Amino acid sequence: MEGVVIPLNHVLIVAALLFITGLAGLMFRRNVIFILMALEVMLNSAGLAFVAAGTAWAEADGQVIFMLILAVAAAEVSVGLGLVLQIQRRFKTLDMDAARRLQG
Amino acid sequence: MLQAIWLIPLFPFVSSVLLMVTAGRMPRTMVALLGAGSVGLSALVVLGAGLEFMRAPEPFTLTLWHWMQVDGFNPEFAFYFDQLTLVMMSVITGVGFLIHLYSTEFMQDDRDYSRYFAYMNMFVAAMLILVMADNLLLLFLGWEGVGVCSYLLVGFWYEDPANGAASRKAFVVTRVGDAAMALGLFLLFTELGTLTIQPMLEAANQTWASGDTLAALAALLLLGGAVGKSAQLPLHTWLPDAMAGPTPVSALIHAATMVTAGVYLIARTHGLFLLAPDVLLLVALVGLITLLLAAFTALNQHDIKRILAYSTISQIGYMFLALGVGAWSAGIFHLMTHAFFKALLFLAAGAIIHCLHHEHDIFKMGGLRKKLPVVFWSFMIGAAALAALPFTAGFFSKDQILLSAFELHAPIAGIGPWLWAGGLLGALLTAIYSFRLVFIVFFGAAQTEPDKQPGWRMAGPLSLLCVLSIIGGWFVLPLSSVFPAADGHHVSGLVEGISIGVPLLGVAFAWLIYYRRSLPVTGITESDSGVALRGYWYRGWDFDRLYDSLLVNPFVAVSSALKSEWVDAIYHSVVRFCQALHRGLSQSQTGKMRWYATSMVFGLIALITLLGWVY
Amino acid sequence: MLLVNLILILLLGGALVWWAERFGDHWPRQLALAIVIGDLLYLLRGLTFIAPEKFALVPEAINPDSWLLAWSAEWIPRFGIEFSFAMDGLSLILVLLTLVLGAIAIVSSWDEDNPRQGFFQANILWTLAGVIGVFLAMDLFLFFLFWEVMLVPMYLLIAIWGHEGKSYASMKFFIFTQFSGLLMLVAIVLLAIVHHGTTGEYSFSYFDLLDTPLEQNTAHWLMLGFFIAFVVKLPGFPVHTWLPDAHTQAPTAGSVILAGILLKTGAYGLLRFTLPLFPGASLDFAPIAMLLGVAGVIYGAILAFAQSDFKRLVAYSSVSHMGFVLLGIYAWNTLALQGAVMQMVAHGFSTAALFMIAGALQQRLHTRDMDQMGGLWRQMPRMGAVALFFALASLGMPGLGNFTAEFLVLVGLFAVDPWMTAAAALGLITAAIYSLIMMQKAFYGAPDEGRNLQDFGKLEMTAMAVMIIALIHLGLFPQPVFDLVQPVLDSMAVEVAPISQLQVAP
Repeated sequence: MEGVVIPLNHVLIVAALLFITGLAGLMFRRNVIFILMALEVMLNSAGLAFVAAGTAWAEADGQVIFMLILAVAAAEVSVGLGLVLQIQRRFKTLDMDAARRLQG
Repeated sequence: MLQAIWLIPLFPFVSSVLLMVTAGRMPRTMVALLGAGSVGLSALVVLGAGLEFMRAPEPFTLTLWHWMQVDGFNPEFAFYFDQLTLVMMSVITGVGFLIHLYSTEFMQDDRDYSRYFAYMNMFVAAMLILVMADNLLLLFLGWEGVGVCSYLLVGFWYEDPANGAASRKAFVVTRVGDAAMALGLFLLFTELGTLTIQPMLEAANQTWASGDTLAALAALLLLGGAVGKSAQLPLHTWLPDAMAGPTPVSALIHAATMVTAGVYLIARTHGLFLLAPDVLLLVALVGLITLLLAAFTALNQHDIKRILAYSTISQIGYMFLALGVGAWSAGIFHLMTHAFFKALLFLAAGAIIHCLHHEHDIFKMGGLRKKLPVVFWSFMIGAAALAALPFTAGFFSKDQILLSAFELHAPIAGIGPWLWAGGLLGALLTAIYSFRLVFIVFFGAAQTEPDKQPGWRMAGPLSLLCVLSIIGGWFVLPLSSVFPAADGHHVSGLVEGISIGVPLLGVAFAWLIYYRRSLPVTGITESDSGVALRGYWYRGWDFDRLYDSLLVNPFVAVSSALKSEWVDAIYHSVVRFCQALHRGLSQSQTGKMRWYATSMVFGLIALITLLGWVY
Repeated sequence: MLLVNLILILLLGGALVWWAERFGDHWPRQLALAIVIGDLLYLLRGLTFIAPEKFALVPEAINPDSWLLAWSAEWIPRFGIEFSFAMDGLSLILVLLTLVLGAIAIVSSWDEDNPRQGFFQANILWTLAGVIGVFLAMDLFLFFLFWEVMLVPMYLLIAIWGHEGKSYASMKFFIFTQFSGLLMLVAIVLLAIVHHGTTGEYSFSYFDLLDTPLEQNTAHWLMLGFFIAFVVKLPGFPVHTWLPDAHTQAPTAGSVILAGILLKTGAYGLLRFTLPLFPGASLDFAPIAMLLGVAGVIYGAILAFAQSDFKRLVAYSSVSHMGFVLLGIYAWNTLALQGAVMQMVAHGFSTAALFMIAGALQQRLHTRDMDQMGGLWRQMPRMGAVALFFALASLGMPGLGNFTAEFLVLVGLFAVDPWMTAAAALGLITAAIYSLIMMQKAFYGAPDEGRNLQDFGKLEMTAMAVMIIALIHLGLFPQPVFDLVQPVLDSMAVEVAPISQLQVAP
């Protein structure tokens, strides 16, 4: 295969950066919608790492896993959005810190 | 007849069980018939067995069944019958029957008539087992059995908590002695391999030399049981309080039979005590000191029954003195005569109380000589025998004891005359307090009018006991084969004369002080120190106060201090530790999702770092 | 099969009784009583098939035929775990005691108004099944299973039908027994592993493990694991504190079973497992165990005196009495051991009866506080007389079973350690103090005329009569029990060093 070969390392660094972005969003944003989005980002960063790794070892497994991640992400979003609606209804806010009834 | 001696304790036992099971549903006549009749039947069997036995006096054992057989420990449920047993059984069933007969009238109006006879019959059965037992374990069964019956009868009128306290005191104080006695039993079995009395005494003779420490220890432990049951120093404090029971109970249990069980125990195991001369001397000293202390106390009481109770303690002191100086037969002889005259005194006192609306205070009586003639003569004869006036039953037995004490030379040379002098002082005091009682109660001005006269069921037993209290001194007890032979007395006529004269002197004193009131004693008795001393004697030398502060109060204090169960504090501190951990950790459960995610991240980082560091 | 059936009847019977609840409250108790009595009769009938001479035979570990009855089947062969049951004289006596007291426990709650009557009776039956399993199991894993089986229904009995402090008491009971039981489980597994190390085979069978050679140190630790489990159940000082709470809070039937039977599983465990499995370690430990026994005797008695709660008083008296059992077992000579077994039986009856009286009082007066009683003899003479009898039994009245037991224990102990005996003899005095104060506070004194109380009825008096006759029999004719237990003790003497090694020269 001709063309520029992007080294695996670079892809992994991008994936890591994406993951950290998502993580930071998860840790610092209080809005549920943003948290869900951050989760999406983290899932996709993992997917990117899988695809890159699959390419590097010339195995299809990486892409198979990515399909799985897509499915999981879809499921997660649909459940997550349902929860968001519930939270909105119950607490009249989208602030995740308001939903702390599990406090010990 | 001799093979039927098992019937003797069985009659009262069966009667007692019947009375308990029917629980008051039986008519009163039937109860009386069963209660007194069963003891009467036993007395008849004792009479028959005794007559047959005396024709060919050969001690024998009657085994009913094997009680236990465990690894060499095989006490049997067996009775041993010899002259000593016969004497004791005659006293128990004979005097016991008279007191039961008396009770049928005395307790006439009590609502727990049948419960009373159930307990009384059970007592007689247990007492018979005590004296008939062939081994110390069976003896201990009877020993505890009479203790329980005493407890039940002292606390018979249970609605008054004071009676309950008296009955518990009686049981627990004697139980202290019983625990010592149980230890004695353990020691004897461990060392000698048997508890059957006769083989045990033989084994003791072969195993131990005279003066052996273990023999002394065993004798000492048995003595502990004996002083508890017989109300001797230092375990005598329960007996005066035990007067809370009905008066016939005091007559039967706390005068004639149970309290002399200690004397019987020592006499029965005299072979062991002979191996421990020091303990034997201790027995004599315990007897002497008790008899003096109790006599001083009796001199200062107001309650007619308490006077008699202290007098009982004092008279049992004489029996211990007799045992201690080796005058075994004299001790048992005094046991028997004492049973006659003290039962008589108690029953007479009971008659007074019965006819005088339950009045106990002698200073509220007086002038009863004319009002209750039968009771007066009974009491007179009883008091004369108690004071050991010549030719009464008490005279012969007490005289033997004093003369034997005078002749004691071992283990300390020259101790005999001292013991004799102490006993003599006791005799003087006895005469004074018994006739103080007579003069105050029966002479002088009348204070309370009797509202009834004793009927035949009370007067009959009184008269019979009067006869016994007079002629009892002429009985010759066939005890020579049971105990080591004693030499005749070789004392000078002077000693003999003094022994006879002192009680008469006591009566004279009492007459002068309490009847003529001509002796100027008030100057001494009413002085400050006199009043203090009399108060001290009145409280029985403050033994109760001593034991309260030494034993009772500390025990109560310890138990209430421990009540909070400090052991639990250990487990509770574990619980508190867990709860503290729980609180600390539940702080971290904020419920904030972002906090969980963050801590997960840092946790992962820490974990991975740790793994990297390890590998 | 008889041994398995004994347990199965109770287990399935429990389910049946629970189901019968739907037909009304009266059905479960009648059915439960019928099942327990049926089980007892089934056992007695089974005994008639055993040759009489077998009762005198010394049961040998290797030879199940020398036992009265034995039965086993494979369970988890990979680890050598079996359904293994066997019965000798000792287990027979305890199983008989269990069934008799089980029936009495059901009678004791006859008139009580317990909700969910069927489940209540079912729990009683399951507890009995667990106890019988404990007495019969000869595989240590199976033994542990039954040890837990008897715990759960008992916990439920206290937690559901208990009195005011039931949740605290039931939790305490559960944690104490569960924690100590886990120690035992660890010891069992370790013992099996050691056994595997020496023989190359896994086995949990009592008979195989008996001869496992152990290093001294290992033996000490394993012995402690068993000892703690059993001594908690016994209960010994200072791990007795669950007992006053559990006994006080349990419903009457629960107290009767707890005091009458469950405590005996601890003593049985010590006798059957701790000493034979670790003879050397136990001998080393004996002085401490005896010290704990003496401490229990005296401490229990003092605390019993301090109580004003009728049931708590009886509970502490149990601590005192079971101290004698511990003393008897660790004095380890025939006299003391016979005394210990006798004490197990006699205490079972005397305490069960006292708890039954306590339950009857609570049901009638709605209080257990003795300061609010007094004078009850006048109003309930039958109950008073019965209480007096058992109070006397409990203070060690000669002629009753408890005295036989305590006397033998102390005689046996005296040869081993006279000073310890002297200390334990203090228990004779203190027992009198607390028993009599109990009678005084509850039954003597002036009656409160405002009360209208019902005395014991026919059914209750029958139950009491059974126990009274049993105690008198044990006191005057104890020999059958001795004869039944003697071969068992002889067989253990083979495992454990002869008495002479233990005996201190007097």
